[in-house]
Order: sequence, then C-alpha cells, then structure tokens
Amino acid sequence: MQNKLKSEEIALRIRRRVFEHCIKNNGAYLSQACSSAEQLAWLYNEALNIGDSIMPSIPENFSGVPSINNKQYKTGAGYNGPVSNEFDRFIFAPAHYALVAYATLIEVGRMDPAGLLMFNKDGSSVEIIGAEHSPGMEMHNGTLGIGLSTAAGIAYGRKLNKEKGETCVFMSDGELQEGQIWEALQVSVYYKLDNLWAIVDVNEQQVDGAMSDVLDIGDVRKKINAFGAKCIEIDGHDIDAMRQAKKEPHKDQPLIILARTCPYKGMDYLKQRFPRLHYVRFKSEEERNKMNIEISKELGIEPIEY
Amino acid sequence: MIEIVKKPYSYTFKNYASKNEKILCLSGDLTSSCEVDEFRDEFPNQFVSMGMAEQNMMSFAGGLSMSGYIPFIHTFGVFTYRRPYDQLLASIAYPRRKIRIMGFLPGITTPAGMTHQAIEDISVMRTIPNMTVIETGDATEVESICEQANSVDGPVYCRILRGSVPRLFDTPLKIGDIRVLNSGTDLLLITSGICTEEALRARSVLIDAGISILHLHVHTFKPFNEEKILDLLTNVKLGVITMENHLVNGGLGTLIAEIISKHGLSKKLMKLGLNDTFAHGGSKQYLTKYYGFDAYTLIKSIEKFIGQPLNIEEKDLEKARIENVHSLSKAEAL
Repeated sequence: MQNKLKSEEIALRIRRRVFEHCIKNNGAYLSQACSSAEQLAWLYNEALNIGDSIMPSIPENFSGVPSINNKQYKTGAGYNGPVSNEFDRFIFAPAHYALVAYATLIEVGRMDPAGLLMFNKDGSSVEIIGAEHSPGMEMHNGTLGIGLSTAAGIAYGRKLNKEKGETCVFMSDGELQEGQIWEALQVSVYYKLDNLWAIVDVNEQQVDGAMSDVLDIGDVRKKINAFGAKCIEIDGHDIDAMRQAKKEPHKDQPLIILARTCPYKGMDYLKQRFPRLHYVRFKSEEERNKMNIEISKELGIEPIEY
Repeated sequence: MIEIVKKPYSYTFKNYASKNEKILCLSGDLTSSCEVDEFRDEFPNQFVSMGMAEQNMMSFAGGLSMSGYIPFIHTFGVFTYRRPYDQLLASIAYPRRKIRIMGFLPGITTPAGMTHQAIEDISVMRTIPNMTVIETGDATEVESICEQANSVDGPVYCRILRGSVPRLFDTPLKIGDIRVLNSGTDLLLITSGICTEEALRARSVLIDAGISILHLHVHTFKPFNEEKILDLLTNVKLGVITMENHLVNGGLGTLIAEIISKHGLSKKLMKLGLNDTFAHGGSKQYLTKYYGFDAYTLIKSIEKFIGQPLNIEEKDLEKARIENVHSLSKAEAL
C-alpha cells in the first residue's frame, strides 16, 4: 500500500511523535524510534503488501485475555489489514518498541492520534510492551526470541497452502542473543522458507547498555550466512538501501536484512546518555527542559508544551 | 487374561491424522520413540521434522496454527515444558492455539532417569490457563486420545503410553469424565495412568480381605469433574487414597486435597506417588516399588490408613489376575 507521504517524511514524523510522547510523559523507549523509524516507515509505506486496517482507528479498551469464555477476544493484527492468500503477514518481534509501532500506525493512517493518549493507561489495549491485543501486534513478543520461530511456522503453513503472500518479521539485534533465534534459522533454512524475510534493527543496544559490553555477539552477518540464510547488511537509515536489499534474490532461502542503525539518529543530543539508552527517563526537570529545546530543534519543531 | 495391545498410538494417530490434511505431525527427533515413524513414511507431506530444538518447535507450531494447521507435537513429555516453558506459554497456551501436545514417557515409565521422566508435568500443565490436561491409562484410552484431544477448542497436553499397553477399559476416554471401576463404601481409591493397572492387581485381594473399595480412574485433570468426585467423596467412610505416577504434590492427590478443603469435607487423604523426590533410571516394576506406588505398597498403605493388618502377602498378588475392566454402568445394566 503506497501512502501519499514519502517514507523519509513518515520516518521524521515517527521520531517527532515518539519524542513528543517522551517529553510529555517524562520518559519513553525513545532511542528505538531513532534507530528504527526508517525501517518501520519503509515497511508500512512500501515494503509490506497489506490491506487497509480492519480495526477501529481509536483502539478499543482491553477486553480480556483469551479464554474459553471470552468470545470477544481479538488480536491487534487487524491494524495490519486482513489475513488473506495474497497479503503479507507481519510479525512485530521487539514488543518494547511498541510506542514506535503505534506512532508508525498513526503516521500511515492506520490509527487515530488519540489512540496514543491511551498508551500505558490502565484498562487500555495500547500497552507499553506490545501485547497480542495491542494495535499492530498479533502475539506476545515481550519474551524476545519467539517472533522468528512463529513467523517461520506461518511461512511453512503458507507454503503448504500455496499462498502468494510473504511473512515478514521486524526484529531487534539484542534478541539474537537468544538461542531460539538460531533454532529458527536452522529450521527456516532447512525448509527453504524463501517466503520468509526479516529486517533487524541492529542498534547494538540492550537493556544493560551497548551489546559489545554486555555480550558481544560478533559478526552477525557471517553467522547468519553460515547458517545458510541470505543475509544482507545495509545502512538502516538509508531507505534506498532497504529497497535494494529487499530485491536481492533469495530462492530457497529466508532473507535477513541487517539494518545497521544509530540509537540517537535524528536526536544527536541524546548521545550524551550513551550507552544507557534502552529507556530514556529524565533525571531532572532541567534535563527534560534542555532535551526538549535541543532535540526539538533537531527535529525541526517548536519545543513540546507539557 | 488381560489383553496387551502393541503400539496403540501408532495406528491410532495414523488412522486419525491421515483423514484430516490440516493435521501436521511434528516430531522433535523422537519419531519412532513416539510411534509416528510409520505415519512419517506413509504420509510424508503431513510430517514436519523439527529436530532437537524444542523452543523453536513450540513457537513454530504456534505459527502453523496461525496459518490454519493443527499441529500434533510429538516428543517426550519432559521436553514439552521444561526447556521451552516460556514458548509453551507465549506461543501456545496464552493464545489458545489448537495444538495437541503428545507427551510420551509419563512419570517413571522410562529407564532413562531424571532428564527423561516427566514427574511434574501434570502439576505444571494444570496450572497453566487455557490448557486441557489428559492422561491415558490403557490401550483403549490411547485409541481415543487423538479424536478427543482434537475436539478441544484450545491447547491440550496428553500423557501417552507407548509400546505394549494393557487394555483395561472397554469404553473410550471422554474428556471431563471419571471412570467408576468398582463401588464400595469404606475407602475411595483414586488412580490415574499406569497406577490404575497396579491398583487393579491389589483390588481383588483387598476386597477378599473385606475392604469395600470405591475405585475411580481419572484421565482428565483439567477440566476436572469436581461434581462427580464430590458426590462420591461424601459417601465413603474411611477416607481417600490417591495413587499416581507423578509427584504427589501438584497432581492427582493435590487436586483431590483442593476439593476436600474447598468443600470443608472431613476426609483423611493419603497420597501415593513420588514423594517430593526425583527418581532415577530403572524398570517400571522396580521404580514403582522403590518409590512406593506399586500394588503391594498400596496394600501396606491401606493397612496403615485403616489401622488394621490385612494379612496379605506379596505372593498373594501374583495370583491375582487382572481381567478387562468393564465400565460399571455397563455391568449394572446387565
């Protein structure tokens, strides 16, 4: 689905919206917007072949967890359009990027901006860590590492069904530390799941700090290629590079795009907090104010009123 | 004499799954160990080899379910919840995927020791929301397990018996039911899985010794038929003995204790099974005896329970024959 706006413009708007939320709420998963804005903008605006949202533009409140008695239960997958033979299935793996996902849904017209007012509010489905019922989500990926396996299962089933649509996963590099990711790669390669592809936000960050200090995982591209998948490394802020990478032939192989990113891209002022960027919460009113002024300038907006 | 059925799961799964192309047979590198090798050879298109990678297998099965398939997962029971517990919850239990988990080697039914013996699976599985938990106790129950498991709108965990399995019952397993194997008024004896066969070895001798035993066989742990148990519990004089191929904490015995306390019943309860201990490798006969849930231990426990000697010796048990157990309702209808 082609939006009227360019993906580059959507990426900027995603950063602005997440930043605004961060200032107003005194904290957010902000660096994730810096690193992934181009990827999510590109996915929703160009790369994914998905239908219009089939969900209300203002999300409904939490309506209970799945149970035999809960007939109302729905996941948030409908924001990514209906499930059908020709459309792609999209799995959003790093659930803590939820705010960035919601901002993206808003910027591509799949959710009303008012939906974000429900973020992290009691009784809301717009949860801080994306749940199955949160907009744009279809499963609980708060436990990192299960996304790729699930997508592989979907892709296998879709091959059996001879469906046209692909299955795509948006991932983050921290979860590559989980063994399950490599189990999923083994299986996807063995079963030649070329209808499966992933784009990984390689921001080299995890909760404790830079991955190189916490648990360095070395040359990921080499490892993934050695596992037998087609792995391409690109600049994760270069949308043209994404377009090219997606065109790479990968017959009989899953495609993994490593998008190398900067966790303070577009908000250079954030760099001073490096490497503690996993969740940005201001230490003082002074810091909040200063960040507001400096980063707003970088984003080309007036300071946020809060 | 009792009929011994060879590999009931093998033909049961083959007959059932081959009629529904949406069923996929997943195996975690234990295909012949879980008796689905013939199925693999005859229906390769419905077979998905997952290798030794249980975490992936659980989430992958979730994905298959999301694309319209019904995965039947085959591996040893322990491997379905110990390592991939997180995946079991997030990819299968929470979203109520229609995934049928076939767990082989329940309890001590393997000489392979601690790593292979699922001794806390019922305890774990029955506390997971949305999960249905079943245990087979004979060949007839194994023969009905695929159809019954697949009738559930949600995930199911099944303890499966393999190899040579005795036929004790002549009516199929029906989820949510409890089998009444013998009526009596003194003692309520509740058994499950392989323990029912053990209890049958002891029962006729006990009855000969003048004990009136109400004997139940439980195959569905969740949803549990509380009403039926409650009704039967209320009327026994001396109390309840449970015997299970599982830890006594968290399984059958605990389930009964929960019901007794919930309803404020004043009933003594003795729980036989693995008593807060891991087991080691050995034969079923040796292990049930060593850990105290074989037929003779049952008799000695009943002596203690009722506070009087029964004068039964172990050799008396050897003479005790196990006949096929007809359902009580059928016997009464005769």
